[in-house]
Amino acid sequence: MSTHTMSPPAETGNRYLVAGEHHPANGTMLGFWLYLMSDCLIFAVLFAMYGVVGGNYAAGPSPKDLFDLELVAVNTAMLLLSSITYGMAMLEMQRHRVKPTMLWLAVTGLFGLAFIGIEMYEFHHLIHEGAGPQRSAFLSAFFTLVGTHGLHVSFGIVWLVVLLTQLGRWGLTAANRRRLACLSLFWHFLDVIWIGVFTVVYLMGALR
Amino acid sequence: MTIAAEPHSAPAQLHDSVFLGRLSLEAIPYHEPILLLTFAVAGLLGLSLLVWITRARAWGWLWRDWFCTIDHKKIGVMYMVLGFVMLLRGFADAIMMRAQQAMAFGDANGYLPPHHYDQIFTAHGVIMIFFVAMPFVTGLMNYIVPLQIGARDVAFPFLNNFSFWMTTVGAVLVMLSLFIGEFATTGWLAYPPLSGAAYSPGVGVDYYIWALQIAGVGTLLSGVNLLVTIIKMRAPGMGLMQMPIFTWTSLCTNVLIVAAFPVLTAVLVLLALDRTVGTNFFTNDFGGNPMMYVNLIWIWGHPEVYILILPLFGVFSEVVSTFSGKRLFGYASMVYATIVITILSYLVWLHHFFTMGSGASVNSFFGITTMIISIPTGAKIFNWLFTMYRGRIRFEVPMLWTMGFMFTFVIGGMTGVLLAVPPADFVLHNSLFLIAHFHNVIIGGVVFGVFAGVSYWFPKVFGYKLDVFWGRVSFWCWQIGFLLAFMPLYILGLMGVTRRVSHFEDTSLQPWFIVAAFGAVLIGCGIVAMLVQFRVSYVRRESLRDHSGDPWNGRTLEWATSSPPPDYNFAFTPRVHDVDAWWDMKRGGYQRPTTGFLAIHMPKNTSAGIILAAISGVMGFALIWHIWWAAGAAFAALIGTAIVHTFNLDRDYHVPVETVTAVEDLRSRQLAEAGA
Repeated sequence: MSTHTMSPPAETGNRYLVAGEHHPANGTMLGFWLYLMSDCLIFAVLFAMYGVVGGNYAAGPSPKDLFDLELVAVNTAMLLLSSITYGMAMLEMQRHRVKPTMLWLAVTGLFGLAFIGIEMYEFHHLIHEGAGPQRSAFLSAFFTLVGTHGLHVSFGIVWLVVLLTQLGRWGLTAANRRRLACLSLFWHFLDVIWIGVFTVVYLMGALR
Repeated sequence: MTIAAEPHSAPAQLHDSVFLGRLSLEAIPYHEPILLLTFAVAGLLGLSLLVWITRARAWGWLWRDWFCTIDHKKIGVMYMVLGFVMLLRGFADAIMMRAQQAMAFGDANGYLPPHHYDQIFTAHGVIMIFFVAMPFVTGLMNYIVPLQIGARDVAFPFLNNFSFWMTTVGAVLVMLSLFIGEFATTGWLAYPPLSGAAYSPGVGVDYYIWALQIAGVGTLLSGVNLLVTIIKMRAPGMGLMQMPIFTWTSLCTNVLIVAAFPVLTAVLVLLALDRTVGTNFFTNDFGGNPMMYVNLIWIWGHPEVYILILPLFGVFSEVVSTFSGKRLFGYASMVYATIVITILSYLVWLHHFFTMGSGASVNSFFGITTMIISIPTGAKIFNWLFTMYRGRIRFEVPMLWTMGFMFTFVIGGMTGVLLAVPPADFVLHNSLFLIAHFHNVIIGGVVFGVFAGVSYWFPKVFGYKLDVFWGRVSFWCWQIGFLLAFMPLYILGLMGVTRRVSHFEDTSLQPWFIVAAFGAVLIGCGIVAMLVQFRVSYVRRESLRDHSGDPWNGRTLEWATSSPPPDYNFAFTPRVHDVDAWWDMKRGGYQRPTTGFLAIHMPKNTSAGIILAAISGVMGFALIWHIWWAAGAAFAALIGTAIVHTFNLDRDYHVPVETVTAVEDLRSRQLAEAGA
């Protein structure tokens, strides 16, 4: 049983204790990665839903009638470019340069805004044509899948603005670098999801 | 509830007021005597509690030391309290159902109108799974896992507090539905099209959706939190195969949580969209597909039952090896069995609806995977038995629960294999046989496991043991009460009686229901005996006191520190050399240091978690009642508060070396007095 001794662990080399303060590794990146994987599952469900009911037009419009591939191509370009500019921001962060980091982040945000703007125009146009989410299961699944992605991008933009403020206030501190890395994961993750949306919804929709 | 006995017609939403949405005085069920009485009693109890706290001047202490705490131990205790409170509510629902079914035969209609009865069985299921079993399991993991791996707290202490309050807010919304509006009448998984706007136009399903969404956020975040804690924060030397079994099962459970709860979130969002926006995911027309809901919800739902049981398998493993005085038999096989169950739990969901009509091949596949999952489970049972074999068994209360579990759970497991045979399932589907089966595994497995865990770790948490006599009374009431309450249901199920029925024509069935009702009363005695046990133990706490920190001659690291453990858990982080780390330390001549302490880096309490959760609660309530402006305002407030919280960098502090020394010196004196 445990008995007392007058010597601290550091001095006796007690094999059962860590001498000094023990700092476990920071788990933020792993935690955020796990969160992203759970988010990925939400998209998986929405994709599955689209896969199952995506052909149920209920005598309404089909993807061929609705989608404007040129507009979607522009939109996709906006998002892909924003991922490149975010990458530039991370490179600047590695060089410990606050101002260029913030500049690239701002450009990323603008691309994001353009993406959201075009998507909102598309949605508005569809609803105006009578092809709203209530029209058929296909359109319910379409609006929910694409809309959920758009909602994520919007959150990303809000987060970006907050981070810009914090960068301006505190510079490239350890906490801010970690937050930048998290948002970077988030942003690229949304890009990957969009590739799926673009392929499954728009390209394959045009082939239907 | 009476107002909803005449459902609002679907276009009722047109009459919604801009300011209050669907909410009006009619929502309060003042013509329902049972509910009024419940309301009066609940109100009185709540009020007297508030008065008592105020008179004890305890609000500041409660707020600072508990509500805002980021200490995983206190949060664990709060989860357990939530579980016990909600257990009383869930049990009240159970006893009402058993009473109704024992009475309502032939000309007698019983005392519950069908609409009210439907709400009760829905609420019973939802509460017992989401707000009793989940808080119990999360509470045990929260308290014990960081101690078992030699950590000072979880990886994200603030998120831990936030998760707890989100779960609590979900529970509050369910309770609120008793007195404002109604709860769902759909059964605990709310299958559409019944749960769609066309057939459930009231607020019941909306309460269901938003209570589960808010609680689900908490569960998901706590899953991420515990996963990172276990992966990143283990004491040096503790490789994966040196982790205590409870930590292993917790790891697997949290993998399941992170990989299953998003599916629930998504499917409930889709149902909510169907109900409020008018989309057509699960409707009968415009191309909707209700079976998709049933598939998706069980893709979450089946892993969920393993989320509940796996940590308790861990508890039983710890208890069996401690009270047999032996190392656990087959540690590696236990770990692999747990991992296999984790993976297989994703491959069996369709057995919940063999009758959907997916065809013989699909049904055979899922029937076979379901049978396969009983193999690792059986391996575990044998491991426990072999651990006991030739052990020096002490029949303490935790061991009683464990042996009760082994006896009960095996019966439940075998009826489960029976139900896994698709042709048999076509006969037994939706019958009381199924009800008996899952209560058999959930009561015999989850509930007995939680009680084994509570009686095992209680001395660690509070520093004194629980009274043995009342513990035994509680165990025997539960064990016999369970058999009396559910064995008749197996028989009734085999005779073809279906679930969720509030009145029967065939009076020859009545004796079985009366026996079942008597069994439920006996379980009630078990609950009361447990509450008495807590009270008696508190009163006699000085004679039950344990100063050693290791009252059971334990084997894992949580027993290496004092009871209750200091805020920082361990003055020095342990270094691990064996699966039974503390046992190894005791054998290897470990000497507890009494000088040379250092300041300890710790996270700081914060009120952000409870505030964010409260705003979420307001948002949920507003969404339920279609008070759109309030929902929007609450959403904006939620985002705003979260952003403000990210600007707070004042999150940690150092426990000064004087404090650490004082706490450890006190422990040295206690150990000396205890003659250790």
